[in-house]
Amino acid sequence: MTPALSVGDLHVHLGESHVLQGISFDVPSGGVTALLGRNGVGKTTTLRALMGLVPRSRGAIVLAGDDVTRLPTHAVVRRGVGYVPEDRDVFAGLTVEENLRLAERTPAPRYELVHDLFPELRERAGQRAGTLSGGQQQMVAIARALLNENSLLLVDEPTKGLAPLLVTEVAAALERAAELSTILLVEQNLRVVQRVARDVVVLDAGRVVHAGPAEELLADPDHVRRLLGVHGAATVEEGRPGA
Amino acid sequence: MLLTITGLGLGAMYFLVASGLSLIYGLMGVLNFAHGAFITVGAYLAWWFGEQIGGGAGTRLVVGGAFGIAGGALLAALVELSLIRPLYRRPIEQVLVTVGLALALGALVQGIWGADPKPFPVPSWMIDTTTILGANVPNDRFLEIGVAALVLLGLTAFLRYTRFGLVIRAGVENRAMVSALGIDVRRAFTIVFALGGALAALAGVLSGVYFGVVDPTRGTSLLIFAFIVVVIGGFGSIGGSAIAAVAVGLIQQYANYYASSGTGDLAVVLLLAVVLLVRPSGLSPKVAH
Repeated sequence: MTPALSVGDLHVHLGESHVLQGISFDVPSGGVTALLGRNGVGKTTTLRALMGLVPRSRGAIVLAGDDVTRLPTHAVVRRGVGYVPEDRDVFAGLTVEENLRLAERTPAPRYELVHDLFPELRERAGQRAGTLSGGQQQMVAIARALLNENSLLLVDEPTKGLAPLLVTEVAAALERAAELSTILLVEQNLRVVQRVARDVVVLDAGRVVHAGPAEELLADPDHVRRLLGVHGAATVEEGRPGA
Repeated sequence: MLLTITGLGLGAMYFLVASGLSLIYGLMGVLNFAHGAFITVGAYLAWWFGEQIGGGAGTRLVVGGAFGIAGGALLAALVELSLIRPLYRRPIEQVLVTVGLALALGALVQGIWGADPKPFPVPSWMIDTTTILGANVPNDRFLEIGVAALVLLGLTAFLRYTRFGLVIRAGVENRAMVSALGIDVRRAFTIVFALGGALAALAGVLSGVYFGVVDPTRGTSLLIFAFIVVVIGGFGSIGGSAIAAVAVGLIQQYANYYASSGTGDLAVVLLLAVVLLVRPSGLSPKVAH
C-alpha cells in the first residue's frame, strides 16, 4: 500500500546549522504516526520542511505517490495537507470566525465537525483570536486544519502548555481526526502518544534513530529512556520528557 | 479655519500615499522607496493624457486622472512582478532596487517631459473659494479631503468584508501561516502593490490639483512625509495612517503659520521623535484594519 507520506534523505540547513541530516521515513496511510525526540533534534523543522516553510537542501517528499518536494507551501496544502503549527499561529487581529473562514478551501467546509469537536468556537465566533486563552487558540488552530478534507495532517505539539483537562480534549480531537485523515504528530507528552499513535519515528541530532510500532517502543522503558531521555511507558502518566 | 482645511487637504494626500506604503510593508515587508515614483508617474500620465484628449479642464482632469491612476497601478504591478518578486527574503537588495528605480523613473520622467513644472488641468470651480466661518477656503481642498475619506471608507470595507481583504489582514500578521492555509500569498502581494500604485497615482493627481502644477520632484517630497505618517500610524494599519496623516498635515500647517515658514517640517520630525520614544511601534501596530 502506498504510504500517505514518504520522506527520503531530507536535508535542511538553517543558517550554519545542519538541522536535518538526511532523514528518511514513511507515514503509513491511516492512523497517527508520532514524530518523537528530545528538544532541538529537528521535529518541528521536519514538519516545516514538509510544508515548504523552510528551504530544503536535498531530499524527496512524496505525498501519496505524488512528488511535492519542489512545490511552494500553498500548493502542498492544496494537495490535501493540513497543518497545525507549534505556536498555534492564529491570526490575533481576526475573529475566530474569520480565522476559520480564511482556512476554507472547499465548497463545503466541515463546520459541523469542527463545532461538534469544539462547541466553544461557535460561541466565540465573533471574538478576536488574540484574546482567547492558549487552549482556545489551540482549538482554532486544529479546527482550521480539520475544516477541509485533508489526506494528511501535520500537527506540531498540540498539547504544549495546556492544562490537563484540555490535553484530554485535544487528544480526543486527534483521535476523531485520525478517523478522517492520516496524522503525523509531533508530541512530547508520551501519555498522548500512547493514547493516539499507532507508529513512531524517533529523531536524534537530525537523524532517524528508530521507527516502528508505538506500542513496541513504549513498552520498553529502557529504550524510551535511551531515545527520549525520559522514563518509559510505565511513567508516561507523568507525561513530558525533559529538555 | 483655512489653516485647518488646508492641513486636512495636505493630510489627505499623505494618507493616500501612506496607506499603500503601509500595506505593502505590512504584508510583504518591502520598504518601497520607489513609491514616490508612482506618484510622479501617475501625475505626469494624467497631465499628458489630458493634453492628448483636449477639452475642458474638468474632462482632462477626470479622464486624464483615471488614465494616470490606471498607469500607476500597472507600473506598480509590473515592478512587483519583475523586480520585487525575485528579491523576497533579501531586504537589502530590495532597498537598493527600489531606490535605484526611484532615481531611474524620476530621470525618465524628466528626460521625456523636461524639468519645468507643467500646468495641471484644474476646473475653475475648484480654484474658487467657499467662505466658512469667515475664511475663504479654495474648493479643491474639499475634493482632496472627500476623496481621501472615500478611499479610507472603501479600503476599510475592502479589508473587512472581502475574502481578499481577509487574506491581506491575515498576511500582515503572519504571511507564512496564510500560505500554510493553502492561499497563494504572492497573488496578494501583486494586488496590494497595484493598489498601492493606484493610490500613489491618485495622490499625484490630487497634488496636481492642490499645487496647480506637476513637476519631477513631486513624488519625492510627498514620499518623505508619507514615510513619517506610516511610522507614526504603524506599519500595516490603514486607520493608523489616516490619523497620523491628519496629525502631520495639521501640525505642518499650524507650525508654518504660527511659528515661521519652514518650521512645519521640523515640527513633524519632532512629532515623529515623540511617537518613536513613547510608542515605538506606532499608533496602531501591524494589524491591517
